[in-house]
Amino acid sequence: MTQASPDVVLSINNIEVIYNKAVQVLRGLSLRVPRGQIVALLGSNGAGKTTTLKAVSGLLALEDGEMTRGSVVLDGVDTARLKPHELVRSGLFHVMEGRRVFEDLTIEENLISATYALSGRRAASADFELVYEYFPRLFERRRGLAGYLSGGEQQMLAIGRALIARPKVMLLDEPSLGLSPLLVENIFTIIARINREQGVSMLLVEQNASVALAVAHTGYIMETGKVVIDGPAEKLAGDPDVREFYLGMAGEGAARSFRDIKHYKRRKRWLS
Amino acid sequence: MIDFDWLLLFEVSLAGIGSGGLYALAGLAFVLIFKATKVVNLAIGEMLMMGAYFFFAMASTLGWPIWLGVVVAVLGSGALGALIERLLIRPMLGESPISVFMITIGLSSILVGAVELIWGADQMRLPDFMPSDPVLIGEAMVPPKIFYGFLVATGLIAVVLVVFRFWRGGIALRATASDQAAAYSMGINVPRVFSLAWVVGAMVAAIAGIIVGSISSLSPTMGVFGLSVLVVVIVGGLDSVAGALVGGIVVGLVEAWSGTYLGGQYKMLSTFSLLVLILMVRPYGLFGTHEIERL
Ligand SMILES: Nc1ncnc2c1ncn2[C@@H]1O[C@H](COP(=O)(O)OP(=O)(O)OP(=O)(O)O)[C@@H](O)[C@H]1O
Ligand SMILES: [Mg+2]
Repeated sequence: MTQASPDVVLSINNIEVIYNKAVQVLRGLSLRVPRGQIVALLGSNGAGKTTTLKAVSGLLALEDGEMTRGSVVLDGVDTARLKPHELVRSGLFHVMEGRRVFEDLTIEENLISATYALSGRRAASADFELVYEYFPRLFERRRGLAGYLSGGEQQMLAIGRALIARPKVMLLDEPSLGLSPLLVENIFTIIARINREQGVSMLLVEQNASVALAVAHTGYIMETGKVVIDGPAEKLAGDPDVREFYLGMAGEGAARSFRDIKHYKRRKRWLS
Repeated sequence: MIDFDWLLLFEVSLAGIGSGGLYALAGLAFVLIFKATKVVNLAIGEMLMMGAYFFFAMASTLGWPIWLGVVVAVLGSGALGALIERLLIRPMLGESPISVFMITIGLSSILVGAVELIWGADQMRLPDFMPSDPVLIGEAMVPPKIFYGFLVATGLIAVVLVVFRFWRGGIALRATASDQAAAYSMGINVPRVFSLAWVVGAMVAAIAGIIVGSISSLSPTMGVFGLSVLVVVIVGGLDSVAGALVGGIVVGLVEAWSGTYLGGQYKMLSTFSLLVLILMVRPYGLFGTHEIERL
């Protein structure tokens, strides 16, 4: 692996992750996020996308997962020694899969909770207005409990919390999960705007490959714990092989790759 | 029936509400710790006791002024809470709830042992520091210690409620209670929240202990008060501050009524019957939101 060049804000170098000291999920995965770009990380269910994000944000430890090899470098700093909350405070914000809003807190309180990401950063003050500009709907409901928001609104809140934190890099885990096509388009338009207007670099994990590649600059496709293909987003989106074998966008529904089947078998063994 | 003594009922009820306030305060100490860390702290009664003995050491043994004794005892209890969290609870992070539960049972014996070693097993009296003139509410007489104890307890609960609503640290605590991993991902220092919850919980317990100790007396068996506190928090819902308040008053009333009208030996029986009844109707307690850990 070559050293990260200065315009790379996040680089993941050859990492391996093992859960419960037994299950190896990542096997030498590498990728880099150039500053200011959106990088899409795609792959089928169970490929290890969420695990990759957790390895980066340090949340693995909460699930008895461990990064046994490789390194993660944020803006030139190896993150190995940083605790999750310290990582957040140094500019890496993980919008977790399934939104994870604090349901019994109000929208406002959810946003306030994200101000902890600003602790210890000089001259950093929370900008609630900014969130409400991108998501006027949240302003209307700011005193209501987050648990009563619709799925789409909760996703807005999850991204809104990330905006409060003013990160260098946002990790977004399946923001399209469970949303209607119209809402997906809506959310992704805003994600692209935030990237452009706030200069936030993003690592975007998605099942919905076409919409992810539409907003991303670069794409990586992973299978069973490592990257199999990467390249500029338009190129990946246009490549018929990629479409057929990795993105499940072929004419027929049978876009199952060989590795998928192998993965399935491996899982079966786990369960029995 | 015709000669029913309404005044007596009124007086008994006031006394019940009064001691209910103390239950609520002790319940609050339990709830703070449970809410943040999900630890069922069986040593809550013993932590109360420690606070009272600390106060005894300052105010009686050393002869310090009452206010200084209270402040130092409360701070000392906070330090003890931090110590307990760091030495006994933190290493158990990620272990099964039942193991942590057992640890707190062990903790209660350690605390009782420490008290017996240092102060002996005899009953002792705390210095009187509350006004002793009887308090009249309408025609009803309320024992002064219970009246002032209630005032302090409810005042403190109100302060804690307000703080948790508006102070950012309160939001961190509630966020941690609601979703630990997500709280981490906001940049909240979750282990620090745990530790803070134990510190504040121990301090609140100490205040409750000082009041309870000066209403009755001081002895190493004072921890059994914790049994009623457990009933209070289960009735209220383990993670609800409002639940602790309501649960405390309900249990206080039931104990006072059954003690007067059925006889002292029925107190526990009626409290536990109430507990079973409420759990049958509402398995998570009156205000509880989270599933009660299966132990
Ligand atoms: N806490 C855990 N303990 C053990 N195995 C886990 C754990 N979390 C995930 N795994 C396993 O790791 C593999 C990758 O999971 P991961 O959640 O990273 O996949 P993913 O690519 O995000 O999938 P999806 O698209 O379904 O979200 C799966 O086989 C999963 O079963
Ligand atoms: Mg996932």
